[in-house]
Amino acid sequence: MAHLSYEESKKAVFKGLLLLGVITLAEVFIALIGNGHIIEGFELPIWIMYPAMISLSLYKAYFIVYQFMHMAYEVKSLALSVLMPMLLLVWGIIAFFHEGVSWKERRELIKEKNEKEAKSQGMLYDSETYKDLI
Amino acid sequence: MATDTVLQEESQTQDSWSGGKKPFEISYGKLMMWYFLVSDAFTFAGLLIAYGAIRFSMPTWPVPDFVFAKVPFIDIEAPLVFVTFMTFVLILSSVTMVRAVQEGARENKSGVVKWMLWTIVGGATFLACQAWEWTTLIADEGMTATIDPFSNHMEGGVYMSGDELVKEGFSKHKIETHGSQDEGHHVEDSHGAASDKYYYLPARAKDIEENRYFVKADHHGNVLAGDKITAGDPYLITYSHDSHLYEFGAIKTNAGEITKESNGPVAFGSLFFFITGFHGFHVLSGVAFLLIIVINVGGGLYEKRKNGYEMVEKIGLYWHFVDLVWVFVFLVFYLL
Repeated sequence: MAHLSYEESKKAVFKGLLLLGVITLAEVFIALIGNGHIIEGFELPIWIMYPAMISLSLYKAYFIVYQFMHMAYEVKSLALSVLMPMLLLVWGIIAFFHEGVSWKERRELIKEKNEKEAKSQGMLYDSETYKDLI
Repeated sequence: MATDTVLQEESQTQDSWSGGKKPFEISYGKLMMWYFLVSDAFTFAGLLIAYGAIRFSMPTWPVPDFVFAKVPFIDIEAPLVFVTFMTFVLILSSVTMVRAVQEGARENKSGVVKWMLWTIVGGATFLACQAWEWTTLIADEGMTATIDPFSNHMEGGVYMSGDELVKEGFSKHKIETHGSQDEGHHVEDSHGAASDKYYYLPARAKDIEENRYFVKADHHGNVLAGDKITAGDPYLITYSHDSHLYEFGAIKTNAGEITKESNGPVAFGSLFFFITGFHGFHVLSGVAFLLIIVINVGGGLYEKRKNGYEMVEKIGLYWHFVDLVWVFVFLVFYLL
């Protein structure tokens, strides 16, 4: 911590510990309460739980990188050269999760079609056409 | 005018190119550590994205707060408690690492050694915890890289008892367990329950693992026949230590069909062990490097360099990265 005194830097580290600890507890609390472990039968919908837990984790990541790993005190272009490639992962996540959902949908489609009754059709023509050939 | 600007530019470029300046004003070693961490971040991101893609493609997936509910020494259901403890251990070790780097900036050798040793203790504790977690899952619950005994019921029903199965035409067979070596002697198994265990086969079915139906019992030996099942309920296929068999509990669905528990998605086991194993490998190598560097610190190697113990900073970056990866592994595997 370049601009802080030694004493202040020590205090800042333990404040950081408290911050990370509280955020972790908050995340776990959301997971437990949303799945009914704290209040019997109470459930939180996924679209509340997931964004909350994900944004808390992202904040933890920001704090660890910028404070513990000192990125805040480095040259801006270094920070960019490390963080810009991470943006590629945003597309990676979107693309691959969509892929996963599509696999599931295709499997279900196959299962559905397999369970359908097949009409006996002969080759390519209907029985009308064959009538004269037999 | 025109010549002035050309001369100005030349002297500027001469300053940039005349040497002695570090790109990004950072030492080579630190910069390369950052770029190594970027590459490692992509590796872990690839693994976690694969987890997401596969999980989204499955009709059902084990429920984390049901799977990860055990703690050492106390036999209770404590969902996510142990992994939260592991997260705290790693965060604490990151904090002690920051203190070590701060002491290094003051050229305080003994301070660096003290805080690095605490970091090593934290890392070793995390590894011990992870080893306990794996042991419980593998040895107690029978989870492997190819077998996932955790799953969810897809429809409602009720667990069947032995008598009900026999009534439906199943044949009863005795399981050979360790306890039943003594003929006619009522030996008790490790849980104190009667060692006479049976499996049931449908009429005229071959005696192979796929055809065996069991009366549902949990790891304590409590028989759960008659227990109601709701669609979406998580379950664990009981792995018997005496017979080394996975006891697929027989179920009568609400629609009247007789079926049994089946394994969860294979990918769960393989993804869990590979990703947490890969992370654990990073923790292990981190502890190894921390040990090497703390020994060097103690020996005065970095004191001579007078660079504010930059080596400690560099391994500190690696250690924080390991903590950071855990933040996301914890999020993805245990919370989501």
